Amino acid sequence: MEKKITSPISPDVVEGLKAGDQVLISGVIYVGRDAAHKRLVETLDKGEKLPFDIKGQTIYYMGPSPTKPGHVIGSAGPTTSGRMDAYTPRLLAVGLRAMIGKGLRTDKVKEAIKEHKAVYLAATGGAAALIAKSITKSEIIAYEELGPEALLRLEVKDFPAVVINDSKGGDLYQEGKAKYRIQVGTKK
Amino acid sequence: MREIKAKDITETVARLSKEANYYLGEDVISALKKAREQEESPAGRQILDQILENAKIAAKEQMPLCQDCGLAVVFVEMGQDAHIAGGELIQAINEGVRKGYAEGYLRKSVVKQPFSSRTNTKDNTPAIIHTEIVPGDKLKITVAPKGGGSENMSRFTVLKPAQGRQGVVDFVVNAVDEAGSNPCPPTIIGVGIGGTAEKAVILAKKALLREVGKPSPDPEVAELEKELLQRINSTGVGPGGVGGRITSLAVHVEAFPAHIASLPVAVNIQCHSARHKEAVL
Ligand code: SF4
Repeated sequence: MEKKITSPISPDVVEGLKAGDQVLISGVIYVGRDAAHKRLVETLDKGEKLPFDIKGQTIYYMGPSPTKPGHVIGSAGPTTSGRMDAYTPRLLAVGLRAMIGKGLRTDKVKEAIKEHKAVYLAATGGAAALIAKSITKSEIIAYEELGPEALLRLEVKDFPAVVINDSKGGDLYQEGKAKYRIQVGTKK
Repeated sequence: MREIKAKDITETVARLSKEANYYLGEDVISALKKAREQEESPAGRQILDQILENAKIAAKEQMPLCQDCGLAVVFVEMGQDAHIAGGELIQAINEGVRKGYAEGYLRKSVVKQPFSSRTNTKDNTPAIIHTEIVPGDKLKITVAPKGGGSENMSRFTVLKPAQGRQGVVDFVVNAVDEAGSNPCPPTIIGVGIGGTAEKAVILAKKALLREVGKPSPDPEVAELEKELLQRINSTGVGPGGVGGRITSLAVHVEAFPAHIASLPVAVNIQCHSARHKEAVL
């Protein structure tokens, strides 16, 4: 069963999310990839204000394909989250609460997720045309010159995702794999 | 000598770039459906449902299957009795990529200087072009867009000949296991064994063009493919990496004679968005 949740996700809801939970997200999410992350962290380093108030927000790691006339956005599936790992603990420390991407995170990021009571979710990599259907509005809020890597603000309705790393240390990528792993030499 | 117009090459590459990005091959779709039937993990099944639904939406709306429309990898088999008129082959191909990616609303994902400025070339060129001269007077073009998520999980090593078959199995299985959810499983695994370093890598990539799940004509290689697939699907990675039985849809191995001192092995992982379209001029 899917849980319907609203973004920005409230602290209680985040604490109730468990690795493996299927969710449908509605509300507002921000979009940024490596280049945007680099700029966000540089802005923090300079002691300047971020282009949006990151407290309690959700960031989706994504760089869409160009928007066709009459569409809200192009195909819009997740990119590999690991490329954001270097920047993530810093953003969690200033209040980022949820991230959506695909793929493995470092231990450092997983610890920061626990420490700041945040959550890491995955959308299905490569299901980009399907995911685009859940995006009802898209606007560029900063770094337009980065093209597909610009910072976007999206409004979404029933955006499908699954909880990978929860605020208590649960890890679906590890737990799921362990559950279905067959040791060599043993029969199932 | 048969004449092939450069203009036709450009048009063909443009068309194939779009088609490859919108329409998943029938072989991939049926392999995904079979995986959906076999998968035991409920979370894994849900992901396979999404992937199949995604292919329907992309085809219907002519939207890219994946937002990462890839680097345009183009394989050309040129008949030795064909002649290209009215332009240069490489230019004609790049012009086709430029056109197809612009007209098709496909994402441009190429940066010019890879190790410093990394500015986008804005037209998805240059394409990665592999040409081969073959008998005949035709020109076969295959456009195979390749996304970063799966390409980044490529691996290459040179084993000691004594490590033999077991060494190959361990290396390939480990590469897929470690890649986990990153290359968007269920994947197709291309393996190149033998030759020199660059030969093994290109064999691994070419292996991905084979019809999904079609075994190698060499029985010994086919047996290796079978064992590799079984071992990979025992890792538990599963669709989307959320845990499950189907981590890969198929393993395709291409082998080639090697130096007496070496056993090169290359792995090229193809995500489920296994895009390639071909045409013969
Ligand atoms: S690995 Fe393939 S399916 Fe996944 S995001 Fe990249 S191109 Fe798309």
